[in-house]
Amino acid sequence: MRVTFESFREWKSYCEHSQEPIWKPVLSYEIELRNRTEQQIWDGLAAAYCVMRDAIEKGLTEDMRSISGMINNGAKKIKNCHIAVLGDEFKKLIYRSIAAKELNSCMGRIVAAPTAGASGILPGVLTTLQDLHHLDNSQIYESMLVAAGIGLIIEQRASIAGAVGGCQAETGTAAAMGAGAIVYALGGNIDQVFDSVAITIMNMLGLICDPIAGLVEVPCVKRNASASVIAFASAQIALAGDSSIIPVDEVIDVMGEVGQSMDTRYKETALGGLAATPTGKKIAEKVLKNPSEIINFDETKSNEI
Amino acid sequence: MEKSSIFDMIGPIMIGPSSSHTAGVVRIGRVARLLLRDTPDHVEVIFYNSFATTYEGHGSDRAVIGGLLGFANDDERIRNALDIAKKQNIQIHFKSVLQASTLHPNSIKIKASKGNKSVEILGVSRGGGLIAIKEVDGFNANFTGQLHTLVILALDVKGSIAFIADVIAHDDCNIATMTVSRSNKNEDAKLIIEMDSPISEPALSYLKSLKWVKEVIYLPEIG
Ligand code: SF4
Repeated sequence: MRVTFESFREWKSYCEHSQEPIWKPVLSYEIELRNRTEQQIWDGLAAAYCVMRDAIEKGLTEDMRSISGMINNGAKKIKNCHIAVLGDEFKKLIYRSIAAKELNSCMGRIVAAPTAGASGILPGVLTTLQDLHHLDNSQIYESMLVAAGIGLIIEQRASIAGAVGGCQAETGTAAAMGAGAIVYALGGNIDQVFDSVAITIMNMLGLICDPIAGLVEVPCVKRNASASVIAFASAQIALAGDSSIIPVDEVIDVMGEVGQSMDTRYKETALGGLAATPTGKKIAEKVLKNPSEIINFDETKSNEI
Repeated sequence: MEKSSIFDMIGPIMIGPSSSHTAGVVRIGRVARLLLRDTPDHVEVIFYNSFATTYEGHGSDRAVIGGLLGFANDDERIRNALDIAKKQNIQIHFKSVLQASTLHPNSIKIKASKGNKSVEILGVSRGGGLIAIKEVDGFNANFTGQLHTLVILALDVKGSIAFIADVIAHDDCNIATMTVSRSNKNEDAKLIIEMDSPISEPALSYLKSLKWVKEVIYLPEIG
């Protein structure tokens, strides 16, 4: 395996030596790791992209009410809102990210990218990027490889799970993957791709995971929209050559360290943050199982239950 | 740490909302179905600990029934699995049990039966859609469904384990893990063997034909 995806530095020095485009070593990694053919990988990416587009479509057309009732057709409301605060493309980015994530909350079919909680970000980012800049599918698939490489390194050096590293690890990683995909697709060089990753993570550092009632709904859905916006903001900065100052590997390490020192209250346990607000607790009481229907474990009778 | 695939970063394609509450739970349901070798007509599911309070909100009840109906992780019918099961006249009971401190926070017990066949498993959803089966019919177990698995019930005769291992080795299968557990009540032993590749049909029939072997169930990789 030529690039192990343990650091951005390794990835960059490989590309400088081999003169390969940045996505190529990601492809080689997967071919070697899973014994797949190149065609299988392109097909897999195409299938994932198809599910992402479908998820947006369903989120905007089907009834998106979650079992708890906290999700209630938000994407449609935004699409139909007559005010576009920053133009139509911005609005599109927001409602598309929310549509795909709402489908996830409503038990629809999605692509976990990198996790189910962050499943609205890449759909929103990639489809808006493609439509706005008239990119071919093949350019999108290459960008998805770049995004996957970014995710692999963050998983190795920090974490991609809210329960381990807080929401910075989940929506932050997805946003960083999205930012790198944008910069690559719009012709940025490898330094600019990595700068966009660093800037994104800098912008999302410290974000806690505090889902109300433990359900992947609030604040998750709306964070998918804001993470998509941060991806574009970071890409804009990086593409201009305005650097992150702190190298990307060091930024990722900080994210890992912040995640480790985060109190467990803020790591998907629904014991802190928004989940522990008076309203959050009230909602939890309503949507969670009624305590009278729950049996407490009794060691002596453990065979019976 | 084992290396992730790029399709762990962009993927898997799955039914939401969460890999531990849906994807993993569907898989546990599917293991029960494979062990029963049929669609059950009676099902009882116990959700423990953290699952006990959140299973409805996360749709884990639909996920487990979806798995018992044989649905894959990305099957959109999972959302309606309870209605589908009802139409097939499957009797379903859910129970919640808290404070089972000896069990993993995300544990599920499934008791499923069809006619006079029945199976009972205890499974854990380990996160990221990965699972571990900890008990089968009261015997200790420890398998993930990611490999090819043989579940064998045999009389606890001398040399039986070595004999079975030998048959598998001759079939050119590499054994990854083996769990042997005995029940106190009788002389039976449960052997659970995870292999890196599938076992051949002749080797499987040979194992089944052995006098001291009561039952052999082969579970292919659970995708
Ligand atoms: S708050 Fe937690 S559950 Fe929700 S998206 Fe963020 S990491 Fe995932």
